Formats: sequence, structure tokens, C-alpha cells
Amino acid sequence: MSITIRNLTRRFGQTEVLRGIDLEIRSGELVALLGPSGSGKTTLLKIIAGLDWPDAGQLTVSNEDWLAKKAQERRTGFVFQHYALFPHMNVRENIAFGLRVLPAAQRPAEADIAGRVAKLLHFLQIDALAYRFPAELSGGQRQRVALGRALAIDPEVLLLDEPFGALDAQVRRDLRRWLREVHDATGSTTIFVTHDQEEAFELADRVVVMGAGRIEQIGRPDEIYDNPATPFVARFLGLTVELPVVVRGGRIEAEGLDISALTLPAHPDGPATLFLRPADIGLVPDPRGSYRVTELSSTGALLRLRLEGPADCSIEVETPRRLGQNLAVGQTVLLRPEAGQIFQQAAPRAIAHAA
Amino acid sequence: MTPVNAPASTRRSKRVLPGFGLTMGMTLTYLGVIVLLPVIALVLKGAEIGPARFFAIATAPRTMAALQLTLTAAAMATVFNAVYGLLMAWVLVRYDFPGKRLLDAMVDIPFALPTAVAGLALSALFATNGWYGALLEPLGIKVVFTIWGVAVAMSFTSIPFVIRAVQPVLEDLDPQYEQAAVTLGAHPFTIFCRVIFPAILPAFLVGVTLSFARSLGEFGAVVFIAGNLPMETEIASLLAVIRLEEYDYNGASVIALMLLLIALLLLAVSNLMQAQALRYKGGGS
Ligand SMILES: Nc1ncnc2c1ncn2[C@@H]1O[C@H](COP(=O)(O)OP(=O)(O)OP(=O)(O)O)[C@@H](O)[C@H]1O
Ligand SMILES: [Mg+2]
Repeated sequence: MSITIRNLTRRFGQTEVLRGIDLEIRSGELVALLGPSGSGKTTLLKIIAGLDWPDAGQLTVSNEDWLAKKAQERRTGFVFQHYALFPHMNVRENIAFGLRVLPAAQRPAEADIAGRVAKLLHFLQIDALAYRFPAELSGGQRQRVALGRALAIDPEVLLLDEPFGALDAQVRRDLRRWLREVHDATGSTTIFVTHDQEEAFELADRVVVMGAGRIEQIGRPDEIYDNPATPFVARFLGLTVELPVVVRGGRIEAEGLDISALTLPAHPDGPATLFLRPADIGLVPDPRGSYRVTELSSTGALLRLRLEGPADCSIEVETPRRLGQNLAVGQTVLLRPEAGQIFQQAAPRAIAHAA
Repeated sequence: MTPVNAPASTRRSKRVLPGFGLTMGMTLTYLGVIVLLPVIALVLKGAEIGPARFFAIATAPRTMAALQLTLTAAAMATVFNAVYGLLMAWVLVRYDFPGKRLLDAMVDIPFALPTAVAGLALSALFATNGWYGALLEPLGIKVVFTIWGVAVAMSFTSIPFVIRAVQPVLEDLDPQYEQAAVTLGAHPFTIFCRVIFPAILPAFLVGVTLSFARSLGEFGAVVFIAGNLPMETEIASLLAVIRLEEYDYNGASVIALMLLLIALLLLAVSNLMQAQALRYKGGGS
């Protein structure tokens, strides 16, 4: 089922939570909605599911106007961040719920329901949990049951709100791979919300980056990683070092910067801001360098340094510890950025230190 | 070292807060003096009578009639309170309307009002020339001096139990359960029956039980409206008072014991049902 969203707007009182969302999702695609807290991801997901309604805009699924349809008739599979498993039903009853509440004419026979639930339990690798209650399950197990409950109604659109948000790192990685398999096996169109970029990039066919109710960028994971389209996306994807530069005759000029390793698309002349990842900056000890090391700490694998540069600019960079043996506090260095992005005008950030 | 022989210090360290001994001791003492002792005294008093005499008093026509009236009227009041109290809790939690806070405050009036005042007011309202009585009696419905009057008085004084038991649970119910049910295709009535009601059932049972127990023992409000005709509209607790006034201590304690027995039975059944409704809570949380 392809999903087409046009100019979707949602207000809560005075605040505009979604400000004109345009989005096209192909049938069978796995799309990640990535964005910081409060950017409207859940709201968008709820509107698609029919749990919330927009103030303006269109939502079309396979050429059908979904805003004219009740949530019950859309039959989307929705997985909630905190699972929302029915506490008084055991795993089997939870998974069977969507089948049991069908109108009598469409409801499968009890034996068929049992068969379908058994198949899902097996598919989700939770056969052993069939008679447990949600209170007796771990977070990862609950997540699988929640997905099973959503899949039981054969949804053609599957929506997951931060499906792995409450789980530890190892379980997240396992479930991530497993969700990809589930998606490929069911062939549903899947949208999942996350604010973990690694998760989005590893799992999704395409990533939609949202910020403050707008879509900032849509693209394949590598595309977005290599070419963030706006300063917002750049910052969100970890290009947290911002250096004021001047472009003159197509060349970037800035004090204390060696840009010979940097290849950037052509940029119009004038003042601009260079966005860099803390780990993409090479440090060359040089007595004439204009950046001075003021703090230095080790995380084991990495050295984290704070540098002070021209015009009171202070930045934080990281470098593998074995490459930083010759660095010390008080030393001056040249910066050799290896990758980055340049934007004409970047509004200054509220919080000016690296993540 | 086996857990059984674990020294006291490791056993004690499992508790987060100290003071278990003190609080438990106080609770037990209080329970013993205020609750258990009177009950034991009552049972001993009953035992003095001897089984044959006890049985004779318990099955005397007037006792039987009083108990039957009390139970029937309490059941009627409880059924009404269960339905109406649930509805009221639902309206107070789920909707916003002008005057909601006032309505919420009014729920407690039956508890705050002295029961005699409630009884007087109700009998005035339902009397032949009262506001309600004037409407109902032409229709052939007589409330005062009938079992209906008894039930009305019982219901009035015990309805807050159901409302106040259900209300907080309904308020805390996460809307995500309903949203999940909606996406799975369930319509509102199904959601209420299969998702919401099971969640509030334990609290609802508590409210209904308390409402019934209070109705069984209600005295002040009932005696004003019931007419208190022996064999017809005489409730059990009133009969106990009458026996006492006749210096028939045995008769009074037999009736009191019967009421106690019914109340205990009710509590036991209610607890079983609650345990059943809560069996999903599991061992962990
Ligand atoms: N029912 C509501 N009433 C008022 N404001 C709301 C409501 N629901 C959401 N909002 C506001 O809308 C904004 C977006 O919320 P939303 O839940 O969509 O964010 P999100 O991107 O899912 O964030 P998170 O990652 O924290 O879950 C927030 O500022 C939130 O306060
Ligand atoms: Mg959210």
C-alpha cells in the first residue's frame, strides 16, 4: 500500500505540531521517521493510524482517502512505545484480540484463530510464552508480543512508535535485525519512529528527518549521512563542530584550517559555516597553528579534546587515542577536516558544545 | 548457608524501610482491640445460647422476615448503585462539562450527611404529599413504608462507595489501551467490555461489596422511611435494637451474629472474585 501525505497540518491550541508535511511512501517500503523529541513524529504516526486527526491536508493510501475512514476500518498495525499490551489477557489472547473483535460475519472460527495465533507465536519465536501475562514478560518479549498482536490482523501498513526505545542496547540490535526480517517476510509498508540515528540508518530503506513539525530531509541512509541538506540535519546527525569561514573564488578560507583533504561541492562566495563531525577532524601539531588544546580526556578508544581558536571560538573534537599520542594540553595545532558540509547561513545554536 | 538458616541481619536487609516491627505491632493491636475483640465477644455471647435455642431464634418468623427484607433491599440498592455508580464515575472521568467539579463534590454528600437527616429528607420527599410521592403514587408506586423505601434509603447512603472506588482507577487507565484496541478494529462497546471493564473490575467489586455491606447495616436513614412494620418493613438491625430494649440479649445477639455471618461471607466471596480478576498481575509487578 502506497501512502501519500499532502500538506498535513496539526495544531494543538496555539502550537503547530505538524506544519505542512509532504511525504510519499512506496508500497512495501521500510521508512524511518527520525527526529528529536517533540518534532511531531508520534503525532504524524497517529494521524496515519486514525488515532488523531489533522487540521488540514490529505492522507491517501492506495488512492483511498484515509481521512474519510475510521481507525477501525484502516486496519493498520500499530505498535506503541510502551507496548500497551492488555494486562488482563495472556499472550495468546492479546495476539488473538484483533481477530476476536471482528464482526461475526468476518470472524474466523475459534480453531482458525488458534491456528493463526500459534503460527504467529512461532514466527515471532515466542512459543514458550503463550500462556504468560504481560506482567510476566521482559521488555523485549513484550515488544515481540505487541508486534504479534499488530500483525495478527494482516495489516498492510505497519506503524511502530519507537519500538525499541525502552530496551537495552544488545536486545535493540537483535530486535532490529529481526524487525527487518519480519518486514521482508510480511511485505507490509512499514513506518517506524526513532530518535536513534544508527537504528534508522541500519534498518530503513529511506529515512525521513523531522524537525519542529517539518520534514527537513528525505533520502537513503548514506545519502543523508554524506549530504545533510540543512544545518538542522547536519547538527542532528552529529556534525556538531561549527566553524565560521569565508568562501572566496570557490575556496574556503579560515584561520588555522588546512582544507586540502576536504572535498566539498561548489559554494557561492561570501561568509558561510562549515559543519564537521568531531571525529572527522585531523589534528596536526604545529607551532604556528591557531588552535590551542585546553582540555584533554580519554574514553579508552578515543581522545576527547577541547580546543580554543581564533576569536574566542571553542570546539570539541575526537581522535583515536593511538593517533593522538603526541598531543598535550597547551599545544597549538592545525585542523585538517576530512569531511564536512558547508551552509551559507547557519543560525547560531542555543547550546554551543558538541554532543 | 541455606536461606532458611540465614542470619537475621541478611533477612532484615531485604526491606527497604525500617519499622516493620513497630507498624505491624500497632496494626495488630488496633485490629485486635477495635475489630476482633467485639466480634469475639459477640460470638461467645452467641455460643452461650446453645445451638437449639440459637436455631429457634434465628428461624423465628419475625427474624427470618427481617433478614429477608434486609438482604433483598440491600441487593436491590446494590444493583442500582453498581449500574448508576459506574455510569456516574464514567461521566465524571471521561467528559468535561460546566459544573463538573460541583457534581464531583456532591457525590460525597450522602457520606457527610447525618443519616437521620437523609432519612427525614427522603421520607418527606417520598411521602404521599411530597415532591416525588405526589408524582409516583398516582402511578401506583408506593415508596414510603414499603421495601422500595428501604432500598431507596440504603442506596442513597451507599452509592459513593461505587463511584469513589471506580473513579481513580478509570482516571489512571492509560488511553493507549483503548487506542491499541481501536487500531485492532474494536468498536467502542467492545472496547468497554473487553478492555476497560476488566481493568476497573477489581475496584468495581470493592465498591459494590462496600455498598452492599453498608446497606446491610444501614439504620438511621432506613428507619424513617420504612414504617418498621413487624414482618413487613422491619430491618434486621432495628429488630436487634427492639430485642435489646425488651432485655432479650440472646435475641439481639443472634440477629447480630447472623448479620455478621452474612457480611463475612460477602467479604470472602468478594475477595475471591477480586483475586480472580487480578490473577494476571503475575508474581513480578
Ligand atoms: N494531546 C496533545 N495536546 C497538546 N499538545 C500535544 C498533544 N500531543 C502532542 N502534543 C505536542 O506536540 C508536539 C509533538 O509531539 P509528538 O508526540 O508528536 O512528538 P515526538 O516527535 O513523538 O516526540 P518524542 O520523540 O518525545 O516522542 C510536542 O510539543 C507535544 O507537546
Ligand atoms: Mg513520540
